[in-house]
Amino acid sequence: MNLQDYFSLVFSDYTLRTITFGTAILGAVTGMLGSFAVLRKQSLLGDAISHAALPGIALAFLITGAKDTNTLLLGALVSGLVGTFWIRGIVTKTHLKSDTALGLILSLFFGFGMLLLTFIQKQPNANQAGLDKYLFGQAATLVESDVWLMAIVTGICLIVMLLFWKEFKLLLFDPDYTKTLGFNTKFIDILITTFIVLAIVLGLQTVGVVLMSAMLLAPAAAARQWTNSLGTMVFLAAIFGAFSGVFGTAISASQDNLSTGPVIVIVASVFVIFSFVFSPGRGLLFRQIRFIKNRRDLEFQKTLAFMYHIAETHEDISHPHTIKILNNFQGFTRKTLQKLADKNYVTLDGAMWSLTEEGFETAANLYNQNFKKHE
Amino acid sequence: MKSMDNIKNTNSKDETTASISANEAGAVVMAVKVDDLTVAYNYKPVLWDIDLEIPEGVLMAIVGPNGAGKSTLIKAILGILKPIAGSVSIYGKPYHKQRSHVAYVPQKGSVDWDFPTVALDVVMMGTYGSLGWIKRPGVKEKKAALEALEKVGMLPFKNRQISQLSGGQQQRIFLARALVQDASIYFMDEPFQGVDATTEIAIINILKELRKAGKTVVVVHHDLQTVPEYFDWVTFLNVKKIATGPVKDIFNDDNLTKTYGINYKVSVQK
Ligand SMILES: Nc1ncnc2c1ncn2[C@@H]1O[C@H](COP(=O)(O)OP(=O)(O)OP(=O)(O)O)[C@@H](O)[C@H]1O
Ligand SMILES: [Mg+2]
Repeated sequence: MNLQDYFSLVFSDYTLRTITFGTAILGAVTGMLGSFAVLRKQSLLGDAISHAALPGIALAFLITGAKDTNTLLLGALVSGLVGTFWIRGIVTKTHLKSDTALGLILSLFFGFGMLLLTFIQKQPNANQAGLDKYLFGQAATLVESDVWLMAIVTGICLIVMLLFWKEFKLLLFDPDYTKTLGFNTKFIDILITTFIVLAIVLGLQTVGVVLMSAMLLAPAAAARQWTNSLGTMVFLAAIFGAFSGVFGTAISASQDNLSTGPVIVIVASVFVIFSFVFSPGRGLLFRQIRFIKNRRDLEFQKTLAFMYHIAETHEDISHPHTIKILNNFQGFTRKTLQKLADKNYVTLDGAMWSLTEEGFETAANLYNQNFKKHE
Repeated sequence: MKSMDNIKNTNSKDETTASISANEAGAVVMAVKVDDLTVAYNYKPVLWDIDLEIPEGVLMAIVGPNGAGKSTLIKAILGILKPIAGSVSIYGKPYHKQRSHVAYVPQKGSVDWDFPTVALDVVMMGTYGSLGWIKRPGVKEKKAALEALEKVGMLPFKNRQISQLSGGQQQRIFLARALVQDASIYFMDEPFQGVDATTEIAIINILKELRKAGKTVVVVHHDLQTVPEYFDWVTFLNVKKIATGPVKDIFNDDNLTKTYGINYKVSVQK
């Protein structure tokens, strides 16, 4: 199947449609919530939560013996929440830095989870195979009810976000100030964190424990490059996330052996790289272009100013001088000279140049203008 | 320094404060009262047993060396930090009942200015407290925010991304955000940090205007030279409270030396 086949099949093939919807919704909700994590500088949080969810999956299996997704994800949710609030507790009660706490919980829970998984694998139980799919995810196992669950959680998340938008923004920007205004910052914080945990748990089946945090961070980091408004950023992150889901699914479906989760994450990373290079405001490329342009402008102005100082000493401002004089001056290039001529600021005559009336005026105002610009 | 003129007796602290802002009954109106406040981040307290009374209507400087606990004191008064001992009251009631009367200008470095938002939006945040949960700011709030921007001379920058403002401009945005709160008591943590002389004058004029309107303004201040010129009341702080009172009476070499450790000679004459 190639990509074209995929896009024609996606509307007719039930399984493919389910998976595509699932990954799109997942991408959207993680992108949205990821914006909050990124702006709170909690990039590691997603990683810690997803790793903390693993023992929950194993324990849920051990206790119930069932392998049905909802039971296992419920286990993941509980241990994810326990891990997360344990981290919060460590940060507020001790003076460990938050990244230390995150790393600690991440390794502790993940190690415990892996231990349980190995234990389960050794058991003589025909039912045990396939739990390790939660490590890297397996989008192919998504069924319609999973997608519905994702859609409902995303819907609730959207409503809560719109409702508490003002409070979220305030807390993200200035938590101390939020407190002085009388908002219960703990409540807002728990609300945001709980939704992040929910989104991550929902993604475990598709993307898996190991790569889940990339789903949280990549779309948000990409979105940040394109806008200076929080609303737009959250919206863009959702779009980028959804597209990563769809494209990732498409690519992995058209290449038989690729597992979906990692492909989705790679697509999301492409969004990040593209944004970091090409976004107009903050992108590397445009910054470089702006830099070069500024330098050119400066060369241009410096040359003009230099000419002005020479011309000033003569009665007739348009008195011709040799181009050689300009060689003493470092900012000068042939290209700049040509540009000055193009603008009618100088006239060139063989090896001589002379300032025009217009050029003289402009040069005289150069410093004033610069000065005004900086005011 | 008008409020200074009617001080008759400067020997007794109580009588001094009484003349600042006495109501008809002759009782002192205390805007802020701090009792036995002790605050610690780790084990060692950074504020020790602070007693402090701030009379209504003063423009007070809090001075002390880096790490003296000035920011911590303000944060503890505002309930951002939980003290390990002591209490704070605002007009006789605990802070959480008096929030609407108090505005706060945090130290500029306390937030990430690369946050995706514009100047006007930050100033609008000053209205969030009175709006309460869920309710969105509307036309009225926007108007108030624009007025505050105008007051601090930042109206032309209202749609500017906040990371593209200079340090002094960011400071003015924070000031505008506090002005929007329309409070009775203002706590400001180093509002003059990194601003040029023009901005400093603009800000101090706003503070004096607030005082004239009967507000109480408490400012963490680092430039000792300007204390007598800008403020009428001063608190010396270095983990413990060294002294508090009218600038005229207590702003002297003795207290400065006690606070800053070194033998301090005030070059400013009264
Ligand atoms: N979050 C924190 N965790 C641990 N210690 C802290 C924390 N914030 C401040 N401190 C410590 O508490 C003491 C007082 O700090 P504070 O910020 O109140 O000082 P300050 O007087 O405002 O100083 P500055 O003039 O530098 O602003 C310092 O010794 C500081 O190291
Ligand atoms: Mg401070």
